[in-house]
Amino acid sequence: MTSGYNFAYLDEQTKRMIRRAILKAVAIPGYQVPFGSREMPLPYGWGTGGIQVTAAVIGARDVLKVIDQGADDTTNAVSIRRFFARTADIATTERTTEATVIQTRHRIPETPLREGQILVYQVPIPEPLRWLEPRETETRRMHALSDYGAMHVKLYEDIARHGRIATSYDYPVLVAGRYLMRPSPIPKFDNPKMHMNPALQLFGAGRERRIYAVPPFTEVRSLDFEDHPFEVQRWDQACALCGSRESFLDEVVTDDRGGRMFVCSDTDYCGGQQARQAEAAE
Amino acid sequence: MYVAVKGGEKAIDNAHRLMAEERRGDPGTPPLSLDQIAGQLGLAVDRVMTEGSVYDRELAALAVKQAQGDLIEAIFLVRAYRTTLPRFGASEPIDTAGMAIRRRISAAFKDLPGGQMLGPTYDYTHRLLDFGLADGAAPEPAAVGAAPVERDIPRVAEVLGHEGLIEREEPGDGAAPGDLTRQPLAYPAGRDLRLQNLARGDEGFLLALAYSGQRGYGNTHPFAGEIRMGEVAVELVPEELGFPVEIGEITVTECQMINQFKGSKTQPPQFTRGYGLSFGRAERKAMAMALVDRALRCAELGEEPVSPAQDQEFVLSHSDNVEASGFVQHLKLPHYVDFQSELELIRRLRAREAAGPPGGDGTGTREAAE
Repeated sequence: MTSGYNFAYLDEQTKRMIRRAILKAVAIPGYQVPFGSREMPLPYGWGTGGIQVTAAVIGARDVLKVIDQGADDTTNAVSIRRFFARTADIATTERTTEATVIQTRHRIPETPLREGQILVYQVPIPEPLRWLEPRETETRRMHALSDYGAMHVKLYEDIARHGRIATSYDYPVLVAGRYLMRPSPIPKFDNPKMHMNPALQLFGAGRERRIYAVPPFTEVRSLDFEDHPFEVQRWDQACALCGSRESFLDEVVTDDRGGRMFVCSDTDYCGGQQARQAEAAE
Repeated sequence: MYVAVKGGEKAIDNAHRLMAEERRGDPGTPPLSLDQIAGQLGLAVDRVMTEGSVYDRELAALAVKQAQGDLIEAIFLVRAYRTTLPRFGASEPIDTAGMAIRRRISAAFKDLPGGQMLGPTYDYTHRLLDFGLADGAAPEPAAVGAAPVERDIPRVAEVLGHEGLIEREEPGDGAAPGDLTRQPLAYPAGRDLRLQNLARGDEGFLLALAYSGQRGYGNTHPFAGEIRMGEVAVELVPEELGFPVEIGEITVTECQMINQFKGSKTQPPQFTRGYGLSFGRAERKAMAMALVDRALRCAELGEEPVSPAQDQEFVLSHSDNVEASGFVQHLKLPHYVDFQSELELIRRLRAREAAGPPGGDGTGTREAAE
């Protein structure tokens, strides 16, 4: 542990303040709780909200997994994992099943989460109505009145123009039938995983100073219309490495003549699938 | 194979070592000392202290060195250090009327009690590169005044105040001022929090906003009532003593802008004020801050907010360069997943369009990344 800093970097007073915000967020699913976000030694927009939430909930016996784009070895995930290994001296893992706390940017792991696990999302813009209304004073009022008509109109206009809803990630959801919530920029492919998930889902937006939550086993509904039900992305291809047809695939450019390969974005899931196949082959 | 986009610990470590080597520059030249930076790049240090909101020349000099002169990066370093510092009290308000003045000018009066004093300034220098400096020539000695500058020179706004021609600065209601580094800002924000936000705000951003107000985006007709720079005492009341004790001295630049105001239903025509304060000699910053402060007071003065500089949610939520720099630069982080989602969507939309109407114009409706 780096001398001079408290366990997990933040001082205990700050952690207490963040925990209070988290408790409030859990009590009002989907509601954005303002909190006194601190200036972290990592840049705003790079996961400071998620880091503060993780720092507030993590204990010495926790096992931390950090992913970015589904992968454990992308640079920012490596950087955040090292930050906690350095300031909290805790165990880290790349296995979804072994982790007690998973901090993520842009994905929900393919492996189903279980009770007792905490998924911490890094959130750039917490306000689902932000592109429709730039003013915080106005959007807070809209939430208070459940005035979500503007979002439905936006989705309707998509259908009128394009024949489908032209939102592919950060797709708005309604939590527990009350608050409209931004799931952070996860692909809409991941949205169904939020619904009735046994794990606690916490969302931290550091720069925007908001925390919100989806408690375990909470209803999370992606907005849609009866005649245009919500649907997720599908690929014609299977993962080139593990052959999965169930996972979210990243497209990798292999040459400049249009060559492509598709591989799982969740590296732990992909590795696990490959290991199982190797075992079965023996 | 599929490894190109994966980073890894080793790459990060190596990148940081390479950066440290670049920062050091030619090992044949002597390394910069913090004294040199604090002493000879003093205005850079002043800006880092002001926007970093810590008054510590040595820390700020270290940050400037560590950031290779990138002042926004240096401000970030100081801010991140600042959050870890324990707080053991709040000082008494500094009294700039009691300042040991080194520079004091008023553009509103030709002469006034206490007089005008140019002090150290780049004003009226001809911006010709001084090749003598390149050779390390020693400066000509500055003239020394016959008598020390008197203390307690009244502020210009008070001179006007006797006639009642300028709004009175209402004394606070006694409540402790807010602190936006502890509590999230809520709108509308009071003047205490607005001033804190502006004091920490990016000089370039405030400068542009102030400029836009002068050019007609807004309705400010300012006069530089007074700019003063010098040293003020910082006093603290220790609980066990119950009376103020001077704990040190800081250099500040204060700017009082005087603005025309035609009056409203409740107030007679009078001059109104905008206030700017910075650590050290960040004079451009203090002036810009004073203009923006006045612009943001539109609501209390019954003015219609019509321009960006008068829109407090716009100004206050975008003034911080550490926030702005982080969020703009986070676009460097991987966005493969979202981009993949958009690729898939665009392919589908195009396939549909190729299949025939009814189709849209195919333009994207989403920002590419966030």
